[in-house]
Amino acid sequence: MMHYDFVFSGFGGQGVLFGSQLLAYAAMEAGLHVTWIPSYGPEMRGGTANCTVVISDEEIGAPLVRHPSAVVALNYPSVEKYEPQVAPGGLLLYNASLVLRPPTRVGIHCVPIPASDVAAELGNAKLLNMVMLGALLQITGVLPIGTVEQSLEAHLPARRRDMLEANKLALRRGAELAQEPLVAA
Amino acid sequence: MAKQLMKGNEAIAEAAIRAGVEAYFGYPITPQTELLEYMSKRMPELGRVFLQAESEVAAINMVYGAACAGRRVMTSSSSPGISLMQEGLSYIAASNVPAVIVDVMRGGPGLGNIAPSQSDYFQMVKMAGHGDYKPIVLAPATVQEAVDLTVLAFDLAEQYRTIVTVLLDGMLGQMMEPVELPAMRALPATPPAWAITGAAGRAKNVVVPFRLQADELEALNFDLQRKIADIARREVRFKEYFIDGANADKVHGDRAELIVVAFGAAGRVALSAVKAARQQGIRVGLHRPITLSPFPDERLSQLADEARGFLVVEMNAGQMLEDVKLSVGGQAPVRFHGRMGGQVPMPDDIAQEIEKLDGMTSRPIDHKIEGPVVLRAAVGPARKPETGRN
Repeated sequence: MMHYDFVFSGFGGQGVLFGSQLLAYAAMEAGLHVTWIPSYGPEMRGGTANCTVVISDEEIGAPLVRHPSAVVALNYPSVEKYEPQVAPGGLLLYNASLVLRPPTRVGIHCVPIPASDVAAELGNAKLLNMVMLGALLQITGVLPIGTVEQSLEAHLPARRRDMLEANKLALRRGAELAQEPLVAA
Repeated sequence: MAKQLMKGNEAIAEAAIRAGVEAYFGYPITPQTELLEYMSKRMPELGRVFLQAESEVAAINMVYGAACAGRRVMTSSSSPGISLMQEGLSYIAASNVPAVIVDVMRGGPGLGNIAPSQSDYFQMVKMAGHGDYKPIVLAPATVQEAVDLTVLAFDLAEQYRTIVTVLLDGMLGQMMEPVELPAMRALPATPPAWAITGAAGRAKNVVVPFRLQADELEALNFDLQRKIADIARREVRFKEYFIDGANADKVHGDRAELIVVAFGAAGRVALSAVKAARQQGIRVGLHRPITLSPFPDERLSQLADEARGFLVVEMNAGQMLEDVKLSVGGQAPVRFHGRMGGQVPMPDDIAQEIEKLDGMTSRPIDHKIEGPVVLRAAVGPARKPETGRN
């Protein structure tokens, strides 16, 4: 059985919603079961936004999880919130450009990705969500990057079409950065 | 047709459009506002009626008016808004006209909050307004089911000339899942024969929410009760997991000994817990009512003949629990796990409740001699000590 539960978290505007939705589209287009659920509470205004994506080859029960198998944290408040919640042996992937105090928890994989810096190098700070998603795909192997690229072609909003190639490049850069094998937790 | 990834609220709106809804009246309220927003865009595009009313009271009376005119009509709201609609709902029931209501429940009581809840089970299932009647209540647990049940809601509403409520919660309204949408249906060619459409050249149709003489009003009540009984005989729906041969898994092929009963969002969370408990070797299955009204009481009574115990899980203080207890009729212990105020139960909490139920029912107890053993777990986030037997 294949089952992943991911949390994406960051400031509003960092692309949490689109990055996680893209993964959900790709899972659907790969024929898998998937749920995507945002936190829609009042904390969305001005604070962190987060969503949970569950991907499975079976009918999905709970779309929310207490201990996600991986967390993608785009800012420091997200690391603070989710570091204790990651499932033992799970993954905490964090945006090292903004998270200056690295997570310290033993028993999980904490992987820094300088996503905002890489996005800036690629010419647009908004690409950080794709850098992080590329890294997540590389480490977890949940879906091939090619599948996500196809979904990107299908679902990138019309007004952002000019950013298609840049988005793909950001995905691949994220994957490259995450290629080094994980040290045991 | 290829699957689409859709939010529950938007998927319900699109399903209603494809089922041929001719008019939508509503008033915004979180967590269902996307449904109204979607309608505000799509209905005018299709030349159909969208109207944002000045209040929920106005919206339900617009629904009532359109229904009397034989139009396929709906509204949607969330808990406090549905409270405001109660009078109109009762008028619709008394008038025997079809209407579809979507209630995306939020935390209560009062203004409560916008988080997911199932605390309006009593309000919607038992009556949905004053008087003496019951609407049909459909409770989806997935976005696909929300689509399918919305289409069914229009069919049942017209077949029985009744209110049909699609009852869900903020979690299902807000989450996205892949869905396969139904084909677009043609709009009804002509209104039904009973509708108020102008009486030129024919006898008058009378559609009113009153009978001033007691004998006439009692006769109307008898008609309503006959309709409700007819619906109860024909329209019960539920989904079961791991309960008997057909859908039990390969590891524990036998009939489930413990039954979890949960609907909607709580039902799908319970599915994760049931799977986890089965991994621990506990023979547990899930019964998920899809029609809350009519309630699957006969099936639960049948399961109670052989089950060691039941666990009801809800996002409220124990409302469907009462119907499960009535159905089980004291044949087996019934425990309860509930979260309130917009909290969603988590699979590991439910799995622990299943383990407790397993532990306390594995002793050889003859319930028939001891009488009904009803154990009710304390409600709340913290682990509370066992309350013991009543």
